[in-house]
Amino acid sequence: MEPISIESTPKTPSIKFLPEEGVIEIRGRSIPENSIEFYKPLVDWLEVYAKDPLQKTQVNIQLEYFNTSSSKCILDVFKKLEAIHKSKHDIVINWFYEEDDEDMLEAGEDYESIIRIPFKMVEIVD
Amino acid sequence: MSFNLREYYTELSKGDVILAYKGSITSELINDVLEAIETKLEETNTDSRLRKKIYNVLVESLQNLFHHIEPHHEGITEDLDPKFGVVVIEHEGDSYKVTTGNFVQVKRIKFLKEKIDKINSLTKDELKDMYKFILNHQRLSPKGGGGLGLVDIARKSGNKLEYAFYNYNDNYYFFNLTINV
Repeated sequence: MEPISIESTPKTPSIKFLPEEGVIEIRGRSIPENSIEFYKPLVDWLEVYAKDPLQKTQVNIQLEYFNTSSSKCILDVFKKLEAIHKSKHDIVINWFYEEDDEDMLEAGEDYESIIRIPFKMVEIVD
Repeated sequence: MSFNLREYYTELSKGDVILAYKGSITSELINDVLEAIETKLEETNTDSRLRKKIYNVLVESLQNLFHHIEPHHEGITEDLDPKFGVVVIEHEGDSYKVTTGNFVQVKRIKFLKEKIDKINSLTKDELKDMYKFILNHQRLSPKGGGGLGLVDIARKSGNKLEYAFYNYNDNYYFFNLTINV
């Protein structure tokens, strides 16, 4: 599989997907009006990756904001990861949140309670 | 008509207004408003947690307008821009007030009122459960809307959603939503 790198825009995050290293990163802001279009390629890649994933995949999510439209798509991404995890491949999810951003921490906890993968909550201290 | 748009907007624009807009709610407009507010909030040295909450509430309320306003309102005689909406952001003491306004068809009022009343009746934990339930069970509409906007606004603001429906004519009311952050 080819690695993917999508640059961030004012409304969408950067996406890095390195299948050879087993690293997935989503960073920035996710506030497009219609997030389906934006997240579909990532969900599709994950389906392909899921057929032959590395033994361990690291997922780093560092979002400043995400709108409710994105929140559903992000859940779809997590569900694909959950399927990989179920097939006995390790997934490590690092959920980054800025110091004092309780809303973002809570968002990570919401996802963790829905998805059967352990999350690591990482506070970013300036 | 009983509801006067001009008077409504004038009244709304009193107070310590940071931003006031009436016109088409487009993707570009949303970008402009968000950019303008971000700059303003940075200038006023507002606490970063509050800044994020305001920004989140704005994103959701503007995108709600974007998803739900009809491009053209049949039967409204006033000269309105397509996808007409109103957004006003005010500073009130230590907090901020975000108000949005748009025309809604009479038939949609019951659903909207029930939804907001339900949201307002929930505790913080119940709101979280409602959010997670909708997140996990409801499909996104083709336009990207998910039924989560108002719930998210209520969670982030930590306050009850204030609303009013003003009778405009037989088919339309004007829906005013006020969020205190």
